[in-house]
Amino acid sequence: MLRFLIRRIALGLVTLLLLTVIVFALSNVIPGDVGRQILGPFAPQESVDELNQRLGTDQPLYTQYFNRMADYARGDLGESYASREPVSKLIGESFWASAKLALLALLVTIPLAVIAGVYAALKRGSIFDRVIVTLSLAGSSLPEFVTATFIIVTLGVSLSIFPVLARPPDGADPLTQLYYLAMPIMALVIVYFGYIARMARAGVVAALEADYTRTAVMKGLKRGVVIRRHVLRNALLPTISVVATQTGYLFGGLLAVELIFNYNGLGRLLVTAARDKDLPLLSAGVLVIGIVYMIATLLADVLISILNPRVRLGEDG
Amino acid sequence: MSATEARTAALKVEDLEVAYDVRGVLRPVLRGVSFEIRPGEAYGLVGESGCGKSTTAYAAVRYLPGNGHITAGRALIGGDDVTAMGAEDLRALRASRISMVYQDPGQSLNPTIKVGKQVAEAFAVLGASKEEARERAIEALRRVRIADAERVMERYPYQLSGGMQQRAVIAMALACDPQLLILDEPTTGLDATVEAEVLDLVANLRDETGAAILLIAHNLGVVRRTCDRVGIMYAGRIVEEGIAGEVFDDPQHPYTVGLLRCLPRRGAAKSERRLDTIPGSLPLIGTPLPACVFEDRCALASAECRTALPTASHPRPDRTVFCHHVDRVAELVAAPVTAAAGEVAPGEVVLQLEDVSKTFRQGGHEVRALVGVDLELRAGETLGLVGESGSGKTTLAKAILGIHAADQGGVIRLDGETLAGLTTQRSADARRAIQIIFQNPDSALNRSKTVRSILSRALSKLAGLSGQAADDRLEKIREEVVLSPRHLDLKPRQLSGGLKQRVAIGNAFAGDPRIVVCDEPTSALDVSVQAAILNLLADLQRDEQASYIVISHDLGVVRYLSDRIAVLYLGRLMEVGDAATVFAGPHHPYTEALLSAVPSVDGDPPARIRLEGEVPSAIDVPSGCVFHTRCPRAIQGTCEASEPPLVEVEAGHMMRCHIPIDELRRLQATDAG
Ligand SMILES: Nc1ncnc2c1ncn2[C@@H]1O[C@H](COP(=O)(O)OP(=O)(O)OP(=O)(O)O)[C@@H](O)[C@H]1O
Ligand code: SF4
Ligand code: SF4
Ligand SMILES: [Mg+2]
Repeated sequence: MLRFLIRRIALGLVTLLLLTVIVFALSNVIPGDVGRQILGPFAPQESVDELNQRLGTDQPLYTQYFNRMADYARGDLGESYASREPVSKLIGESFWASAKLALLALLVTIPLAVIAGVYAALKRGSIFDRVIVTLSLAGSSLPEFVTATFIIVTLGVSLSIFPVLARPPDGADPLTQLYYLAMPIMALVIVYFGYIARMARAGVVAALEADYTRTAVMKGLKRGVVIRRHVLRNALLPTISVVATQTGYLFGGLLAVELIFNYNGLGRLLVTAARDKDLPLLSAGVLVIGIVYMIATLLADVLISILNPRVRLGEDG
Repeated sequence: MSATEARTAALKVEDLEVAYDVRGVLRPVLRGVSFEIRPGEAYGLVGESGCGKSTTAYAAVRYLPGNGHITAGRALIGGDDVTAMGAEDLRALRASRISMVYQDPGQSLNPTIKVGKQVAEAFAVLGASKEEARERAIEALRRVRIADAERVMERYPYQLSGGMQQRAVIAMALACDPQLLILDEPTTGLDATVEAEVLDLVANLRDETGAAILLIAHNLGVVRRTCDRVGIMYAGRIVEEGIAGEVFDDPQHPYTVGLLRCLPRRGAAKSERRLDTIPGSLPLIGTPLPACVFEDRCALASAECRTALPTASHPRPDRTVFCHHVDRVAELVAAPVTAAAGEVAPGEVVLQLEDVSKTFRQGGHEVRALVGVDLELRAGETLGLVGESGSGKTTLAKAILGIHAADQGGVIRLDGETLAGLTTQRSADARRAIQIIFQNPDSALNRSKTVRSILSRALSKLAGLSGQAADDRLEKIREEVVLSPRHLDLKPRQLSGGLKQRVAIGNAFAGDPRIVVCDEPTSALDVSVQAAILNLLADLQRDEQASYIVISHDLGVVRYLSDRIAVLYLGRLMEVGDAATVFAGPHHPYTEALLSAVPSVDGDPPARIRLEGEVPSAIDVPSGCVFHTRCPRAIQGTCEASEPPLVEVEAGHMMRCHIPIDELRRLQATDAG
């Protein structure tokens, strides 16, 4: 188990390193001059050169890259080109904002979706099952922006139940914050729900049909016991792993929702950074996402290994 | 007789009809099945795949798939009608009076729960306390001859071998001392010797517990060894019933006769005869059938068979047959076998193996999967590879194919030329010359392509043919593997297992191979289809002068196809010789044990040798003769001390054993007598 963890973390670090290289390379493929970009088209060339020199953007690429890595190693994320604020501060703020939104949405979705999925599977073919299957298919096949726009237009604009902009006033109490976040959370719930519910349902259906379930039934166990002891554990394993390995997919949903609701989250920050060619911000942001992704999959693996003896005892890699 | 009848049957099935709901339409599968299993009796259910054996078993315990419905008839367990039971009664019945074991023990155990806990559960449900259930679970594991029961309790299913898993499942099934134990293909997928062990276990437990048994198996040898009576099932009806050995030796229904004539029995070999097949195939589920379900495939069918339901007749004591023309069945039995179309004289040596070894490295250990193998294969000759799983058959085949490279030092020669270890390093000609046919044809066929494009691709890749030449050759191959032109435009999933195997064979023969490795070529097929495929392989060999290396756990199949046999144990050749000689004996003690472990449809020899325990690990090979830990004839002091060499004991017969051949002959003659 320990060996497995160490190996996973090492692998993760390598991936992160690769990620920084890729981001760095990509952001330099976009033509243009960082100094010019920041100072605008009318600034004198000398100021631009001076700025480039100060930022180090006149250096060869690999030097720039190594400098940045050295800074990172010291814990210095640098300064945003655009706003001149420390990257760590910008990212920190928006990271918590995003995390708040995503966690709230997951907190609502996971229990709902798992219960709905499991129940649908147990009552396969019933009206309830069909409703869940249809809803979850619809929810996750509609693009996020459609769902989100629909919610804004109905609940926000027409009915005016919720504020259209997801920006709670500073220092608002938790309830008010929740009130402001209600619509983006709803949009995310719709997107995530279908996905998780379908996984849970598929897992339970497969486990119900498995030979070991038949064995359990033929032992004369009560249905409740069969489901609790034999079906659920095996059924939710794949659900957990798929949900976690699809963290990227969850980020996608988050990004779209943040943009549409104008929510100051990491996703929105990154889009802005990419537009402004704000390299320090962009690469730090991508790195943060990479780390979150890594931690999420790692957590999932740990959880799975707790549930699955084969992985836990480490005989199979 | 009347005494047994007076007691309530363990299972009585009365005119049972079951239909599956397929997209809203009820499709009948069982069309009036009736049979009875007396208390303590073992009853076998036999028939082609899809005839409804499992459906019968599941209907009897009311565990049909969601879309299965009992549309008529009853099933009584110990006199209680299962079809009329409420959920709670049904649960109680399952907990205390019936049990079921099915194929693939790995799947029937919950992968996430320790074996001990799962076994204990079966006792807890009967009301035992937690401690008590644990105690009794250990006892139950001991009862199925698991030596270190305490340790096995703490294991997860995947940590046990297939044989051990099946024992644990049986231990669980016996927890309630069931009146009826249902076994659906319990040993399919297990190794021959493990299969024999499990069957012996079932027989012993039956004596101990007095449980009645319903055994479903496609292997007729297994049924003959285990069952008192047997029912032959066809398209949802039982067509013949009687005492197992008698039915197999003297069948009285045209279908039973056909089924048995498909089997390579009593030492049949390709040089002597072709195998019979049953023309046509099992009707699709739900098709309306004439009065006799077998009518469209029966050589004796008359107008009456289409209109009137055949009634029970009793041409022999203890025998029931449903056929209008029982009096004419003797014609079918007496029908002459088709002679083989001629013998092939083996040609030049094609393949030569000298001192071929294969060592795997695994977690710092050396696993010697193959040790110093010397073999020769001639043109048009078949070499059968025999041995338990783990004996090195597949490793040897893979080394020949170049799927993995044999160790340095050994030599594999094709037509006198030394071959490189890996396929990728071999010349295109050498690669084309050695082909393989798998048990599961799916693995060799691209699912998204039509048969035509699969074969065309093989022709261009292996034979470098295109255009008209390719089309001509494709036509020739199609004829050779007996596919109809219609099949060319279908995709693999639209074909039955037998047809797919024909395509796979066509594929392998596209580039005029010199050698074809057949790895369990017919193990997934019904006997009639198997017979057709074996005939096809024999025909192709004669026409193309191809050499075969045949791997199969079915010794009848190996014997039918093979000219020579090589017996492997722990990667070493134990015996090599002409097929007839190896099967006739005197045998190497390992071969002897293997032959006697495998259940035969012709019945068992009077004294059977039991091969105890599992094959030792190749990491930690026994000293001296590697077989001495399990050898019933081992000579103390000699066999564990030195390894005997492989020597020619008589013309064309090599053996690796300290016991001289005449001594073996004497020993084996005494035991048989
Ligand atoms: N759930 C199902 N829905 C529809 N058809 C089914 C279902 N289960 C089985 N069948 C069909 O019913 C027929 C009988 O199946 P069954 O499994 O009882 O055969 P079997 O004799 O046990 O075959 P095998 O030797 O392959 O196990 C087959 O044609 C099969 O395809
Ligand atoms: S009843 Fe007729 S068709 Fe059916 S098996 Fe007998 S002879 Fe053949
Ligand atoms: S050498 Fe000894 S142990 Fe080996 S097979 Fe012969 S008798 Fe058995
Ligand atoms: Mg079956």
